[in-house]
Amino acid sequence: MHYLLMCCFDETKWEKIPEADRDKVMQEYHLLLQDLAKSGHLQAGAKLRPSMTAVTIRRKNGKPAMTDGPFAETKEQLGGYHLIECHDLDEAIAIANRIPTLPLGGSVEVRAIDFQEIN
Amino acid sequence: MSEEAVEKIRETVDAVYRSDSRRVLATLIRLLGDFDLAEEAMHDAFIAAVEQWRHEGVPKNPAAWLISTGRFKAIDAMRRRARFDASLGEMVNRLEAAANDTSGWNEEAVEDDRLRLIFTCCHPALSADAQAALTLREVCGLTTEEIARAFLTAPPTVAQRIVRAKRKIQDARIPYRVPSQRDLPDRLDAVLRVVYLVFNEGYSASSGASLTRHDLSGEAIRLGRLLIELLPEPEAIGLLALMLLQESRRAARTSPAGDLILLDRQDRSLWNRDQIAEGITLVERALSSRRFGPYSLQAAIAAVHAEAPSTEATDWPQIVGLYEVLLRVEPSPVIALNRAVAVAMRDGPAAGLALIDALLASGDLQEYHLAHSARADLCRRLGKTEEARAAYQRALGLTQQGPERRFLERRLSELPG
Repeated sequence: MHYLLMCCFDETKWEKIPEADRDKVMQEYHLLLQDLAKSGHLQAGAKLRPSMTAVTIRRKNGKPAMTDGPFAETKEQLGGYHLIECHDLDEAIAIANRIPTLPLGGSVEVRAIDFQEIN
Repeated sequence: MSEEAVEKIRETVDAVYRSDSRRVLATLIRLLGDFDLAEEAMHDAFIAAVEQWRHEGVPKNPAAWLISTGRFKAIDAMRRRARFDASLGEMVNRLEAAANDTSGWNEEAVEDDRLRLIFTCCHPALSADAQAALTLREVCGLTTEEIARAFLTAPPTVAQRIVRAKRKIQDARIPYRVPSQRDLPDRLDAVLRVVYLVFNEGYSASSGASLTRHDLSGEAIRLGRLLIELLPEPEAIGLLALMLLQESRRAARTSPAGDLILLDRQDRSLWNRDQIAEGITLVERALSSRRFGPYSLQAAIAAVHAEAPSTEATDWPQIVGLYEVLLRVEPSPVIALNRAVAVAMRDGPAAGLALIDALLASGDLQEYHLAHSARADLCRRLGKTEEARAAYQRALGLTQQGPERRFLERRLSELPG
């Protein structure tokens, strides 16, 4: 089963964390991802640029409409994702619990997905 | 075959259903990997039992027969469906291959399956409401209506909660197993919460005529025993002790007419001494671990009551002390209320009344009928008849439970003119 780990953080809070601490988190992140790649869990992943880079598009009366920012105004913003392959939800939860932004107040949504490879 | 013989088989199957259907279901879920498929298979197996047992006799191990029959019924059903849906073919093959492996049908594995079922139903990825509803439905075999009554919720809401929870187990792939040693303590907490809720549903129905539902309490105690076999953690032991000590008072707790009798008026000779002895042994075991929590402390309080020959001869200072430790472990206005009542017993009604009034003034217990009922009782003992009357009436307005209402009405009628 594939799971998407969606890592969220309050961006304004993230900005206030001293750079040295942020670097340390990113270093831990790097080691975790290396580990997950080696164990075969990690399929894909990326760090997202800040939510101010987002644009959300819809159709209004059949015409394209664009709004600035992410689709929902929430306190926490999606900052990165990891696509992992696990035996079951408990394994995915155990991996999610290792994400280094959690002790600093981040959250991780674990979502089962129907993963299809595109050839 | 005579009508009588058919009737007898039917009774036997009913008895096996009552005693074994949850074990059969738990094992079928493991073997078939799907809650709904397992439920269907179990029902098919029981239908087959009525037919076949009257010709072939009742098998030596009815549960094993039902599991095996249910499994093959499910494979047959899947094979029929696979004719129209090729994607099911692989699943049929997998189930058939597994069906030839007869290991894991012994008693021990079947009990383990009940634990797997409990841990899956109490998985923290499910909402608290869903955990309780699913456990009551799947582990205890309650009907949706009974669960709805326990939660004071409409049956369709409960039904939807259960359907969604089962779908989540399937879609998110919540595993069907006892958690790893590392996760076990946290996961056990969730299970204990649900077990105690089941016990309480059996011990005191939340509304309606019947105050007690013996089968459910017995089921919760059985689950408690199974849990401490798996993981003799202090709080699991404490919870079992608490349930046994509360259960020990069952016969003394209601009059033949079904009226509620409070602790101070209970005929203590009716208390079940075996359950008390077992409960006290378990409390001592839990407390000696030094890793005890709220369940063990509540059990310790129940044990002090159980050891006392009368209300007057109860060690109230110890009970007040235990409530104080409990308040530190788990601050809650209801525990503070219980402590206030114990203080009233130790230091007199005026001291208790002052504490209860302060608690009510803080607002948390305004809608809690037992707070007003306790206040009424202390006012009565202090000769404050009018205040007592008003408080009993307030309590009466806050409870729907028949025996509780009759108790309050009786107390009201006993107040001097």
